Amino acid sequence: MGKVAVFRRERFNAAHRLENKKWDNATNEKVFGKCNSPNYHGHNYDIVVKVTGYPDPETGFVMDMKIMGQIIEKEVVERFDHKNLNLDTPYFQDLNPTAENIAMVIYDLIRPHISDELELQIRLYETPNNFVEYPA
Amino acid sequence: MVYLTRIEHFNAAHRLYNNHWSPEQNETIFGKCANQNWHGHNYELYVTVKGKINPDTGYAIDVKKLSNIIKKYIIDKVDHKNLNIDVDFLTDKMCSTETLAVEFWNILKTQLPENVYLHSIKLYETPSIYVEYFGE
Repeated sequence: MGKVAVFRRERFNAAHRLENKKWDNATNEKVFGKCNSPNYHGHNYDIVVKVTGYPDPETGFVMDMKIMGQIIEKEVVERFDHKNLNLDTPYFQDLNPTAENIAMVIYDLIRPHISDELELQIRLYETPNNFVEYPA
Repeated sequence: MVYLTRIEHFNAAHRLYNNHWSPEQNETIFGKCANQNWHGHNYELYVTVKGKINPDTGYAIDVKKLSNIIKKYIIDKVDHKNLNIDVDFLTDKMCSTETLAVEFWNILKTQLPENVYLHSIKLYETPSIYVEYFGE
């Protein structure tokens, strides 16, 4: 039997702004445009977590989806939901909270909770039209 | 009468917080929506107008004109903004989805061309939550 990918979707709503603290305001405004708005803006983020591996012959599962949902809830949603990513989380003090960087942070939060033999990929939607995947 | 709907989007930060209440009371009523440093959403705005079809154009309203009106009077003021801080028509108001829908109605109602009437505002805060207002 071949490998199968399983996916679990979760959501969180958060505020953020894009800013490079080493740049002056004019440069930030030029590069990040309205995403640099000083009083923050926000999104409904959708996370799709993809886990790939061989189904367990006993259970038929690559991974128990309910457990996957609980891991995402505990590691990601509880940390990010209804929060300001720049101010309320430790991850973006020196890291710009772009969708790219958020996806990488989420990967690092989830990876330790997934068995080593399973592959992990994070897809993060910032809007229905903008999404990123890590690792690419 | 024909009913025509234009959909627009905006991304914004907000919080639900009543300044006349104590922080504890706000927390009790609004829970995580009262988070001090804001959170945010991808809002989807459905504006429905009604009118008779102009026999020369086949239009109830030129939908590009409707889009421009919504952009100028609503989207440009709220997109990538903090609704509590940055938006003049929301000063001292509770930034709930209900309030937003009513305020959008009050603004758009006065900006439509002759013989075109506002029918409804439908505003999605998340894919699971929306508000409708018919001016009643």
